[in-house]
Parts: sequence; C-alpha cells; structure tokens
Amino acid sequence: MRYLSNTQEDLREMKEAVGIKDVCELFASIPQNARRAKEIAIEPRTEWELMREFSKLSDANKPGVAFIGAGSYSHHVPAHIPYLYSRSEFQTSYTPYQPEVSQGTLQAIFEFQTMTANLLGMDVANASMYDGASALAESALMAIRVKKKPKVALSRLNHPHYVQVVDTYFKPSGFETVELGVLPDGRTDYSKVTDDVSAVIVQSPNFLGVIEDIGAAAKAAHDKGALLVVSFTEAMAWGLLKNPGSQGADIVCGEGKSFGLSQNMGGPGVGIFTCKMDFVRTTPGRLVGQTTDKNGNRSFVLTLAAREQHIRREKAVSNICTNSGHCALAAAMYMATAGKTGLRRVAQLNHDHAVYLKAGLEKAGFRPLFNGPFFNEFAMTAPAGFDYKHEKIAQKGFIAGLDLGRYLPDHKGAFLFCATEVHTKDVIDAFLKEVA
Amino acid sequence: MSENKYPGTSGLAFKEALLWERSRAGRLAISVPEQDVPKSDLDPNLVGDAPDLPELSEVDVVRHYTRLSTWNYGVDTGTYPLGSCTMKYNPKVNEQAAALPGFTELHPLAPESSIQGALKLMYELERDLLEITGMHAASLQPSAGAQGELTGILMIHAYHAHKGKQRHKIIMPSTAHGTNPASAALCGYKPVPVELSKDGIVTPDAIRAIMDDDTAGIMITNPNTLGIFESHIAEIAQIIHEQGGLVYGDGANMNALMGYVDIEKTGIDVMHLNMHKTFSTPHGGGGPGAGPVVARDILEPFLPIPRVKKDGDRYTLVSDAPLSIGRLHAFYGNFAILVRALAYTRTLGKGLKDVTEQAVLNANYIKASLKDVYNLPFPQPSMHECIFNDGIQHRSGVTTMDIAKRLIDLGYHPPTVYFPLVVDGAIMIEPTETESKDDLDGFIDAMKTIAEEVKANPEGVKNSPHNTTISRPDEVQAARKLILKGQKA
Repeated sequence: MRYLSNTQEDLREMKEAVGIKDVCELFASIPQNARRAKEIAIEPRTEWELMREFSKLSDANKPGVAFIGAGSYSHHVPAHIPYLYSRSEFQTSYTPYQPEVSQGTLQAIFEFQTMTANLLGMDVANASMYDGASALAESALMAIRVKKKPKVALSRLNHPHYVQVVDTYFKPSGFETVELGVLPDGRTDYSKVTDDVSAVIVQSPNFLGVIEDIGAAAKAAHDKGALLVVSFTEAMAWGLLKNPGSQGADIVCGEGKSFGLSQNMGGPGVGIFTCKMDFVRTTPGRLVGQTTDKNGNRSFVLTLAAREQHIRREKAVSNICTNSGHCALAAAMYMATAGKTGLRRVAQLNHDHAVYLKAGLEKAGFRPLFNGPFFNEFAMTAPAGFDYKHEKIAQKGFIAGLDLGRYLPDHKGAFLFCATEVHTKDVIDAFLKEVA
Repeated sequence: MSENKYPGTSGLAFKEALLWERSRAGRLAISVPEQDVPKSDLDPNLVGDAPDLPELSEVDVVRHYTRLSTWNYGVDTGTYPLGSCTMKYNPKVNEQAAALPGFTELHPLAPESSIQGALKLMYELERDLLEITGMHAASLQPSAGAQGELTGILMIHAYHAHKGKQRHKIIMPSTAHGTNPASAALCGYKPVPVELSKDGIVTPDAIRAIMDDDTAGIMITNPNTLGIFESHIAEIAQIIHEQGGLVYGDGANMNALMGYVDIEKTGIDVMHLNMHKTFSTPHGGGGPGAGPVVARDILEPFLPIPRVKKDGDRYTLVSDAPLSIGRLHAFYGNFAILVRALAYTRTLGKGLKDVTEQAVLNANYIKASLKDVYNLPFPQPSMHECIFNDGIQHRSGVTTMDIAKRLIDLGYHPPTVYFPLVVDGAIMIEPTETESKDDLDGFIDAMKTIAEEVKANPEGVKNSPHNTTISRPDEVQAARKLILKGQKA
C-alpha cells in the first residue's frame, strides 16, 4: 500500500524490538466478544479506478447555472486562492498549539479576525465556527449566557435551516424561541419584542433577500434590555451595505463561504463570529492574539484558552474544538485579494445584476413579493404554470429560483431568485429567454 | 548541541508584514468583470463606506501567503506525532477527487435530480462507515468531532425524553476526550467521574457502583486517551443497558480498531468518527473536519435530518422523522470533506486493517524504544499511542514543554503535551501508520538526544527552540493585554 512506508524487513525489526512474533499480539487486550467476524468488505481501488469512479459520481451531478442563493452563493474564486491555500504547510498542519511552528496559520487567522471585524464594524472576531448556522446557534447561547433570560426572539425571515439548528441546540436546555413577524415591505416587525428575551436575532439581508433596518432592530432590542444579534448568509453584501456594528449590533455572525470558497453542495463553509469587546471572555471558539516572543519579536498565539473545552471541560463556554480554519484562510485570502475597492465593485455588480434579472422577470410576468430594498436576492410570485416550466428550464441547464413553498407555506407559488457577479448579462438574457 | 544528523536545521527565513502594512492605495488583486448592465444605486442610507480592507496586488497576496506558509509545519513537512490527533498522511488523490467540478460547483438546494451523484456519494460513505464499524445507521451531517459528540448526546437525550423520563447525569471517565464534558454540558447532563483501575481502564465494578436510573449513560473513549483498550467495554455496556442507560463511544481513536473490533458488539449505541483523523482528510490548521455518527438500530429514529435514502436507483433526502434531534448544519455537513473520506475508504478498503496494525505497531515501537529514557506512567499494553511524561527530566528542572520545544529544533513536531490530564506533564505520542521506521528512528534518536542534553546542558533545552523564526511567545501577556485585531501601521 503506497501510503505505508514500512518494508517487511522494517516490520520484522520493529516486532523484534517490541518483543512480539505477530502483530496480532498487540491486539490481545480486545476480548473475543468485541471482535469482528469478517474482514472489511470494501475492495481497494487503484488510483486509476478511484478517479474513474469519482468522475462518474461527479458527472451524475448537474450543477448548471443556478439562480439560487438561499445560503449558498455562486461567486468567482480567483485562481491564486485555491493555489495558495492548497500549500501543504497550510493544509496538512494541525490546530496551532505550538506557536513556533505555526506562525503562518496564526498570523493568517489574526488577519482573518482583523478583516472580518473591520468588515462588520465589530471589536472582536473569533478564528471561525463550523458554518453560519452553528455560528448563529452559538450566538444565541452566548446571548443567554450574557443576559440570563432563557428566551430569544427570532425574526421569521432568518434562514429556516439556521432556525432549525438553533432549535436543535436549544432543545435539551429548554431554551425558547419566539418568532417576530414580517411587515408588508418584507422587513421584520419589531413592535412585538418583549422584555423577557436575551436577544433579538435578525438576518440581513433576510431569507427573502430584503435588507433589514438594523438600527430599528438595535433600538427595539436595547429598549427591552436584550442584545441584538445580526446574522447573515451572504457575506458579499457587506461590501456594499452599511456594516451592522455601526448600527448597534452586539453580536454579528454568519456564513463566509462567499469569500473564496466553492459551493461544494453546501459545505464546508466558514462560520463567522464577531462581537463587542465586553463579551470577549464568553466568546465561543478559538481566538488568536498578538504578543511578543522572548526576543521581543511580534508573534501570535492562541489566547483566552480558559474559555475552551480542553481547559474548562464541562464549564467551557462551548464544546467547539475543530473549526473551519482552512476555510477562514481562504476567506482571508479573498478579502485581501478583493480589498477595499475590489469588494465594493464586486458587491455593486451583484446588486446591478440582481436588479437587471428582476426587471427581466417582471417583464415575463413575475411580481415582486415585497418592495423592500434588496442586495442580490429577491422573492417573486410566479405566473401561473411556472411550476411546470421550472422542470423544463432545468433541462436547459438553468436552476430557475428556489420554490419557497417548500420553506414558507404561506408563500406557495413564490420563488427566491439570486444573481451575482458571475451571472453576466449574456447568461441572464439566455435564462430570461427560457423563462419567457 | 548535536543537531547535524536531524532534519531540523536553520535556513533563510523571510520576514513578512501584516496585510495592511503592505497595503498601498490603488492596488487591486481581483479581476473585476466589466459593467455589462446599468449601475443601480441602492438607497444611500443603506450604503456604508467602502469596507476597511487592505489594497494589494495579486503578487503581494501570493508572496504574503507563500511566506506565511513557510513558517508552518505540516504532515507533508515531517513527522507530526500529536497524540489524540492522528496526523497521518493526507493522500493527494483525495484532493483531486474533491476538486471535480460536479462536486465543487453544486448548489445544495438544486433539485434532487441534479444532485444524484452527491447523494449517492453520501449514501456510499455511510455504507462504508457502517461496514467498518459494524453499526446500523449513520449521519454524515456533524461538522467535526465535537459536533458529532453533541449529536450523539442529543440522540441519547432525545431517547430518554421519548421514553418519558429525562435523566440528569452522565458517566465520564477522566480518560475521555477533552470535548466530551463540554458536549454533555450542552445537554444539561452533569458529568460523573469514575474511578480507573490501576491499569488505567474502567471496570465493571466501578460502573456498577455509580450507575443508576438518573444516569443517562456513559461517554467512553476507546482506546482511551491513555491509548489503552477498555477491555471490559461489553460488560460495562451491559450494566449501563440494564439500568436503561445508553453508551456513547468517542470514535476519535478508530484508527486503532479497524478490521479488529465490531463496535456494535462492544455494546456502544452511538459513536462519532473523525474524518480528519482516521479517514485521512487534512486538518487544515484547525479544520474543517467532519464528524459523522454511526448508531445502533434503536437510535436510528433520532439521527439528524435530512437523511439520505436509496429508492431503487434514485437517491432522496428525507426529513420526515418525528423523533429526529433535528438539523445541525445549514445544509448536509462538510460535503467536500466527505468526498475525501470516501476516496480514502475506497483506496484502502480491506487494507484498513493493515493501517490499524501498523499504527499500533509504530506506537509500540516508540514505546519500547523510549521506555528506558522517559518515564512511562502506564506501562500496560497500549495501542495506537503511548504516553510518557517528564518524571525523569523534571529532576533537572526541564519540563515537558521544554522537551517539546527542543524537538522542534531537531525537526520534529512535538507530541501532544499536558494531555490527558490524568498524567502529570504528559507527552502523548501518536505516530500513525504512515511514518516509516526510518522516520520513527529519527524521532526516537532525537528524544534520546534531548534526554542526554537534559543531563549535560539543561539550560540549552530550557531556552529552545533556537532555530525558529520566533521562540517562546509570551502567552500570559497575550491574555492580559488582549490584541485580537490589528491596528493600521
């Protein structure tokens, strides 16, 4: 086997050193009643056979041109980014517990923390969570740790899957969620926020694409003594929109997959978690801090480990250990690549393409569900018969929006569309021709 | 100091600034498409200032990250014997498989007819994991080991709730993985410690003494974090089951068991597996991993949704499962990691047993070779890892951390240190199967050299590492004077 380097001679010498005749002696502590009866029934493949098998699996997927976002967005990945993050010094290293041989990872994550905090207008960002959904669940738990009220208010227009993940994390603790309704323009209605919640949780742009009034959310939350948690599924939006930190958010979390990562059927992504400095000691996940070494050189280490599971055990603020470090590296590379002007220009182009697509769909008989402002996603009521057409359009290689009836039963017959910088005018025009 | 024969040496190292220190107004590293549709202005009240990010050229970005990468040590650089972490070689064909466009470009909410290959891949990986463990049903959704643990404990919690009486405690040996207590706490279970035998394992008597009808079950790592197989596991499980409890198995150490152990026969009810340990997916400097769970039939109804089902030649996602604990990930887990894991199980196949045998032999070879030089607190037979400590060297004022730092100079990544907590000053070594005897001999020799240096020149060891770009960063200062975000130069 090519991944095993020991020769028969090596094995013989090692067994002799260990004092055994047969390797199976090393397994003597496994009692008979725990042993498997048969060998593992998987035939090994050669590298050639393996790639044939996987190419077949890959070919059985039909990615097409998807006019869907809903938590996973199609964006261009600059060529140098996968090239750089695939360097094996980054990819084949462990969590940076030994700083002298991990300064590459540590500085890169410190830069990731800095750029995400700056992008979102927040004081502190951590080294990443699994994905946007678990980042939201951890944010909700943290808000409850801070405010000590076992309930949070969630906008109805948070991503439904994210809400389900919050429910999963909450269920055994008995923590509750209450739902905030929607105004006619597609924004969240904060008038029903009560004073028994630890947090008001709102996604912006929300699940139906509408940009929320974060200032109003902050006021509603703070008036009731709650924290404002802003969630997002589309990090690209912050290239254009006013950041949530400047509008009063206490915790901002979301999905960073739009920055330098492919869709990959939804994962891995990179959970972004940021908050105000006041809460740093109850922040979940790893933090990289700057310090100096014994010779006075700037260096980076993992810090505030006393919050974490390997030190604090059952009193830890979270059980997270492995995070999404390599994806955070990719996201940092993307932010460094796009930079101040590039991210603004790409984000603007997302909006422009979405506006162009929306106008085209309106011509084809679609009607917007809301008139609230949007970034690159918007919900439309489809003309009669579109359900049937959806399938036909798919055969032409286009995924024509997301059927909202599957997620929000009261919006049956409506579809959620998305266009990004990769949906150029040519592509949109070709798609609209099929829709018409 | 005798360094010439070791791989570690010093070479030309580059300084590298922080990104924003390199920034120059007007530089741009991204290719921006032309404005092919009219520009459409959002309400100015919604628009912020341009984001506070550096401005760099593509060359700047490439040099920056290339230089940073040279400050890292990876498995591809050399021996990485981190105990409990299974830092085995990450095969390159796995990367090629994961980069196929039918996977990378796939939207998770595309119609089911468009994602048949992905669903089939997930279904087949589930089958492989069940074949390897002997268990009944699987979910690939958890994103990492700790989330897999949480999944397992949530399933146990849901099981007890369904039975009509929730329990409040869970048995937790001190030899369990570090994340176990924190995962149990998320479910409100109070960890109950259990006394270990002098051999470092849990005994049926100890379990009998504490198991009761308010205890949800046990979280047990096997082999445990001392590298020792819990040989009473089946009997322990029986005691737990008789009192209506369930057994959670932490499968992080599955690398020691493949081809030998039938997990279902050991009495374990639910277990997670780390794709980024046993199944060779790269650790990426901290993640992402994947932590699928495998379960016995009685727990299948509680697995996370959605589940992948096969119906004739079609694969579907099923969410209709009223007893399910719910969803743990925005979509289906870390799919691209799962692709790599399947590439691994399909490359090794029944040869996974050889993987286990050589992993265990390698660890025992190190143990036999160093036992006269370093203190071995638990000399009992152990499996894929072995744990020494600084019991001998401490007399010269040299600690486990000093030994770890000196290893870096000699070109080896240090073992896991100060874990497990049951051993003072633990040096936890897990070589994995992919290290050759030559590599192991180099590591053993380096450990012996350090033991000699401790006698002859303890200060040299205490001041190490000497060959790295930085040495002994001040962690106390980092925690007291928090700098978590860079300032502009």
